[in-house]
Amino acid sequence: MSYTVKGNTGEWEVVIGLEVHAQVISNAKLFSGSATDFGAEPNSQVSFVDSAQPGMLPVVNKECLRQAIRTGLGLSAEINRYSVFDRKNYFYADLPQGYQISQLYHPIVGEGQIEIDLEDGSSRTIGIERLHLEQDAGKSIHDLDPKRSFIDLNRCGVALMEIVSRPDLRSPEEAGAYLRKLRTIFRYLGTCDGNMEEGSMRADVNVSVRKPGAEFGTRTETKNVNSIRFVMQAIESEALRQVKLVESGGEVVQETRLWDAGKGHTRPMRSKEFAHDYRYFPCPDLLPVNLPQSFVDEIKAEMPELPDKKKHRFMDDYGLPAYDAGVLVAERETADFYEAVAKAAGNAKLAANWTMGDFFGALNKADIKLADSPVKAEQLGGLIKLIADDTISGRIAKEVFEIMWETGKDAEAIVEEKGLKQITDTGAIEGIIDQIIADNPAQVEKVKTNEKLLGWFVGQTMKASGGKANPGVVNKLLKDKLGL
Amino acid sequence: MSNALDLTLAGALSAMDKGELSSVELTQAYIDQMAATKALNAYITETPDIALEMARASDARRAGGQTGIMEGIPVGIKDLFCTKGTRTTAASHILDNFVPTYESTVTSNLFSQGAVMLGKTNLDEFAMGSSNQTSYFGDVVNPWKTSDGKNRAPGGSSGGSAAAVAAKSALATTGTDTGGSIRQPAAFCGITGIKPTYGRCSRWGVVAFASSLDQPGCFGRTVEDNAIMLRAMAGYDPKDSTSIERAVPDYRAQITGNIKGKKIGIPKEYRVDGMPAEIEKLWQQGMDWLRDSGAEIVDISLPLTDKALPTYYIIAPAEASSNLARYDGVRYGLRVEGVDLDDMYAKTRGEGFGEEVKRRIMIGTYVLSAGYYDAYYNKARRVRKMILNEFLDVYNQVDAILTPTTPSAAFTLDDAPSDPVTMYLNDVFTVPASLAGLPGLSLPAGLSSEGLPLGLQVLGKPFEEGEVLNVASVLEAAAGFQRL
Repeated sequence: MSYTVKGNTGEWEVVIGLEVHAQVISNAKLFSGSATDFGAEPNSQVSFVDSAQPGMLPVVNKECLRQAIRTGLGLSAEINRYSVFDRKNYFYADLPQGYQISQLYHPIVGEGQIEIDLEDGSSRTIGIERLHLEQDAGKSIHDLDPKRSFIDLNRCGVALMEIVSRPDLRSPEEAGAYLRKLRTIFRYLGTCDGNMEEGSMRADVNVSVRKPGAEFGTRTETKNVNSIRFVMQAIESEALRQVKLVESGGEVVQETRLWDAGKGHTRPMRSKEFAHDYRYFPCPDLLPVNLPQSFVDEIKAEMPELPDKKKHRFMDDYGLPAYDAGVLVAERETADFYEAVAKAAGNAKLAANWTMGDFFGALNKADIKLADSPVKAEQLGGLIKLIADDTISGRIAKEVFEIMWETGKDAEAIVEEKGLKQITDTGAIEGIIDQIIADNPAQVEKVKTNEKLLGWFVGQTMKASGGKANPGVVNKLLKDKLGL
Repeated sequence: MSNALDLTLAGALSAMDKGELSSVELTQAYIDQMAATKALNAYITETPDIALEMARASDARRAGGQTGIMEGIPVGIKDLFCTKGTRTTAASHILDNFVPTYESTVTSNLFSQGAVMLGKTNLDEFAMGSSNQTSYFGDVVNPWKTSDGKNRAPGGSSGGSAAAVAAKSALATTGTDTGGSIRQPAAFCGITGIKPTYGRCSRWGVVAFASSLDQPGCFGRTVEDNAIMLRAMAGYDPKDSTSIERAVPDYRAQITGNIKGKKIGIPKEYRVDGMPAEIEKLWQQGMDWLRDSGAEIVDISLPLTDKALPTYYIIAPAEASSNLARYDGVRYGLRVEGVDLDDMYAKTRGEGFGEEVKRRIMIGTYVLSAGYYDAYYNKARRVRKMILNEFLDVYNQVDAILTPTTPSAAFTLDDAPSDPVTMYLNDVFTVPASLAGLPGLSLPAGLSSEGLPLGLQVLGKPFEEGEVLNVASVLEAAAGFQRL
């Protein structure tokens, strides 16, 4: 059942830990007042502090502390009211200070955990080791000129949260689910937009393999993987590489690797690329962060309902299966939309089916966002209400939905206008059935020995009623009249 | 006016208040003196045009009834303070073409209180030195002469600032003190200099040497001049996270000359081996003067005194090695092209930094490196904390501490110690208070057998600069020191 890699010597278990770098949503950088907008003109969002002019000093942006604490609370983690910023020293052209300010020894957030949702409906708890704040570096551009490199410092100094998981993940699927869950939490809290393609969320992937139940193997770290799909591919390819290596008598070297998306495998970084002694020490320009309990309490008081809690509430209150609940809570606005649909419909299960089925399908087909949907939650709920109280059948409802999508009109108005109300009047249906029985004596004979033919009678009846006959009533009446 | 140059800062303010003197006249006298004493090399950059423009503006303000604390006073600015539009070099080749586009908080405070800038004074490169001989712009000559005709060192690192005040090419100057860089040159040049409590003056815009130790302060002819200027410089600055939010008192008003009942501590550990008898004698003289004024002399012990220098020479280089990483040839300052980025770094920094700076970067890099961090840097941090606690304990018994400022008078430029450790010993009496962040002042109290000034140091409790100045004023009055 669980994921393994098959080698020549049997099954291998894969052990995965992820370090996620998430760009904090804030108006200003971690230690300067510069703006943080994505895609601005190169070097247009750079202050004296960011470009490390002589004598410039960092000042902590309190909003970034709040965002880190919010995220920490979202990870059910311990919040450290005492934390310290350290300098991580290395030279690079896009690192103006010659050091990155980070938190090595005393991170702002300690141990926590999140629940991940898997395709088969099961869920697992994954441990979080820590979350710390650090500055991003600038961007080096090497391919614009044969001789020169260009530097864009817009990103330099932007706040990042580094979230380190325990080595609790066991498959590419789990890693994918973990990243999706983190992204969901970020988005619920508004602490990171989670856009991997814009680089606001990146992952370092630690992978090792072992025989089930054995000690941990030696791990490699694949740096800066920038999509969930690539993370999953990198794990798969790296695990396979390690298994082949070990089985052929080799040894895994603890090293830093890079993901080559074009070739679909990882490759070792040149030793020069990582052979740093970072000489961490507490940044003497900043005092330790000492937050009063009230600072944390205020943030706590404003926390929205978190996805896991919402998921369990959906399961308990609406009777949804775990997987459906997981899908619906993945985005806060989807969850809000669903709840509004369910409320208007008065039938939570039907609301879930319709939201995830026809409605999401229509959104995907039209390639539009939830907020731009022509059918609002209350309207969708109104349609479902008509199904639930037998005013229309499910099949008619699909037609009505299509009209709603095109016209933006309410379901009730459409049903009224087009006369689509379901016929539940037994007298009217009886008339139709009697006519069909009378017109098809041969079929009537056959159905007595082959009950499967009942479907044919149902179909004929529905057709004759223009689809408006209540299928339940039709079934019951047919059985009575045909003596089944 | 007989001679404008003979006025103290307080005297000049009063003369200008009475209309006996204009800032333009005063400033012109200093510009002339700056030219006449050019051979001392006290200035790296002279700004007479700016000075006269500022003086005219000051006279206009005064005429309009607006007078700041430093209204119309011509001052020299240590070339470690960034001055908008005026080259700021830190006495280093690596910054010899650097013109800041911003004004340091301290100079900005001074100018908004009416001070007039005469120019940027010479110093040891990046404030690293005790003789001003590490400057890329050449030695500064101490204005005090002896019968042997040999030029004497002004001390360092603020050697140019001290020499300028002694030679009357500035009425007062700014300095910075990391391990004694104000107090030692003040003692060598026969003037008064104060380093306030760490956090009293903003470090924003001051080229960093060792962030946790660097503290701006000032030089003047008298204790009162120090009091006036410090008040104009000091104050909380939200741009410097280590500056302290605490009201700045009127220090001048705190100079009452009354020290009756005050307890003055005499630390026995400052009686170091090989201390010249004349220094010992001067120290004893100081005690007698204070006792005669009603103070109580208390023998105290600061057992960790001899650990201060080694502690300092781990912490200061460690911070410096990181602070100076930004001088990499990428964005400003010197760039020496190389075949690739690493080669450019090596060539730029190899040519841009002098020997002493390189030595400290190497020491700092070493003590922070993997495997040595705990043995050196972390241990030094612990000792530093103990040194602070030792002072705070002693301050439960005494109000201030009296010591000699330096273990000798100014050495000759030719015979300056060639081995770094002997040079570092110059700061043996000043470094402990730097590590503890305490305020300290040096005032001239007598002459050596060769006729060179000798200084006494007064140390105070955190933020008790007023107390320090008051005790010093009693010594000043008793000593009757004859300035140049």
